[in-house]
Amino acid sequence: MTRAWRWLGWVYLALAFGFILLPVGVLVTFSFQDGRLPVPPFRGPSLRWYAEVLADRRLMAGLGNSLMVAGVSATVALGLGFLAAVGLARHQLPGAAVLRLVLIAPLTVSYLIIALGLLSLYNRAGVGLSLWTAGVGHVVINLPLCFAILYAAMGPHLRAAERAARDLGAGEAAVLWHVTAPMLAPALLAAWFLAFTFSWDEFIIAFLLTRFDVTLPVEIWALLRSGISPRANAIGSLVFLVSVVVVVAVQLIALRKARA
Amino acid sequence: MSAAVTLRGVSMRYGGFLALDNVSLALEAGEFAVLLGPSGCGKSTLLAILGGFAEPSAGTVEIGGRDMAGVPPRHRPTTTMFQDYALFPHMTLVDNVAFGLRMRGMGRRARRARAEELLALVGLEGAGRRHPDALSGGQRQRVALARALAVEPQVLLLDEPLGALDLKLRRQMQDELKAIQRRVGTTFVHVTHDQEEAMAIADRIVVMNAGRIEDEGPAREVYLRPRSLFAAAFMGELNQIPGRGTGAALDTPLGRLPLAAAGPVVLCLRPEAIRAGPVEDAPEAPPAIDLGPARLLEATFFGTHHRAHFAPLAAPDLRLVVHLPQGTAPEPGATARLWARAPVLLPRPAPEATP
Repeated sequence: MTRAWRWLGWVYLALAFGFILLPVGVLVTFSFQDGRLPVPPFRGPSLRWYAEVLADRRLMAGLGNSLMVAGVSATVALGLGFLAAVGLARHQLPGAAVLRLVLIAPLTVSYLIIALGLLSLYNRAGVGLSLWTAGVGHVVINLPLCFAILYAAMGPHLRAAERAARDLGAGEAAVLWHVTAPMLAPALLAAWFLAFTFSWDEFIIAFLLTRFDVTLPVEIWALLRSGISPRANAIGSLVFLVSVVVVVAVQLIALRKARA
Repeated sequence: MSAAVTLRGVSMRYGGFLALDNVSLALEAGEFAVLLGPSGCGKSTLLAILGGFAEPSAGTVEIGGRDMAGVPPRHRPTTTMFQDYALFPHMTLVDNVAFGLRMRGMGRRARRARAEELLALVGLEGAGRRHPDALSGGQRQRVALARALAVEPQVLLLDEPLGALDLKLRRQMQDELKAIQRRVGTTFVHVTHDQEEAMAIADRIVVMNAGRIEDEGPAREVYLRPRSLFAAAFMGELNQIPGRGTGAALDTPLGRLPLAAAGPVVLCLRPEAIRAGPVEDAPEAPPAIDLGPARLLEATFFGTHHRAHFAPLAAPDLRLVVHLPQGTAPEPGATARLWARAPVLLPRPAPEATP
């Protein structure tokens, strides 16, 4: 009886992982297709589509743009989220609960709504669409995330250390620089990397808020419109690789810090 | 370097709760003072006020003759050794200890050298490159002490620093604290609820209860001649015998005792101040007071003494705790005559009015 249940458990696990990972496996497999169509039968491994992708100026420009938007927007979201978390965790402010709620609220709004709202705002203000305007959109979606992660990480342990630093003569800026930020380093890194991947993968906001220079997901969408090809699989695999590297980095950093 | 501490009429109100009620206290420079009391008595609040972490609702605080009103912690001549140590986990021990000096702009080489000296002072020489999480509780304690002393405060505030240590380590750290205080000469203000700890280290014990100072003085003074019933009971085990003074004598459930008193009082006797002798003994000359015969109910061996419970024959419902000498062999059921010395008479608190 128990053996049967254990066996069923493993079957369930295999099915669940298959369901999650099969699409990615298919995508990656057919990025090596030696043929014009990314569908079975698999005709043997080839790197020709990767060569084509890496030689494609537009895709490479999109890749560069994506890295830049993700890096800058994650950094800005982290900085603003950090200051908001410090302010709300360390000071008694009138309406602090409402402020916290308003800061978190964008997490519950669909990206489409955020993009449309920003789009009409830019039109009214006469701001031309660019990577910058998309970057602002990414800050909007990532700020609540960074704030929530950092706010949760500011426990009594940190508060006690900050108090000790003040007692030993540190001013507020010195407390933040020498105590708060270093002690929050794992949370800061985790928040930054998560914000980076969210921006890196994001399509709707980037699509609606960019014009001439676009990010990689928007470039890929343009590519898909001209029909399926192993090229799309190859660029998709590269995007996936970057995400995996970032997520693994987060895990390693967080786990290492947690064990220390 | 050390400074005198003067509090005048300090009160602290949190909403409707009066944590400190008109407290006045004068500590001399270089003194080791201990604020002693049960939790919630206001001792930690008083320490927070000295450190600048709380502003009193009323009253003035002077340190080294300087009024401290509105002076933030970092500009005060005080540092605190916190109960939870509050070491910086991301810094080495040297950087922890040198932090205050760094904030004061001392150069890297000089402050590291000074930090090493202080680590040596607390018995951690050579450990400077380790991190706090590699240390035991007692070692963290020492680092916290070194860090607080590094900036040469005029007053060091210690907030129940030994509370988390096991008994043996606590006794050892008490001796070390005392020795270090003698060496650096800084005024120490130490908070604890452990009266043995207070007696082990204090030049002056300040007994607090419900936001007020009940008694203060050297341990000997507070233990043997307490000024309040609370202080007497908090400093150690105490037999309390209610009585009524008639002027020249004292009427108690044990009979009339030759003690001059007036009005309702409590006769306070420490267990070690009562002696048991043969029932038929002739009355001793004063100052020993004859408490009359009593029956031994039970006795427990405590190493240095037997702790015995007696029921006086004159008042069988009363219980007296007596420390009998180590060499005796107390027999439950036996009767003995009890003799008391060092009696303390304190006014009996008015019975609480019941609504």
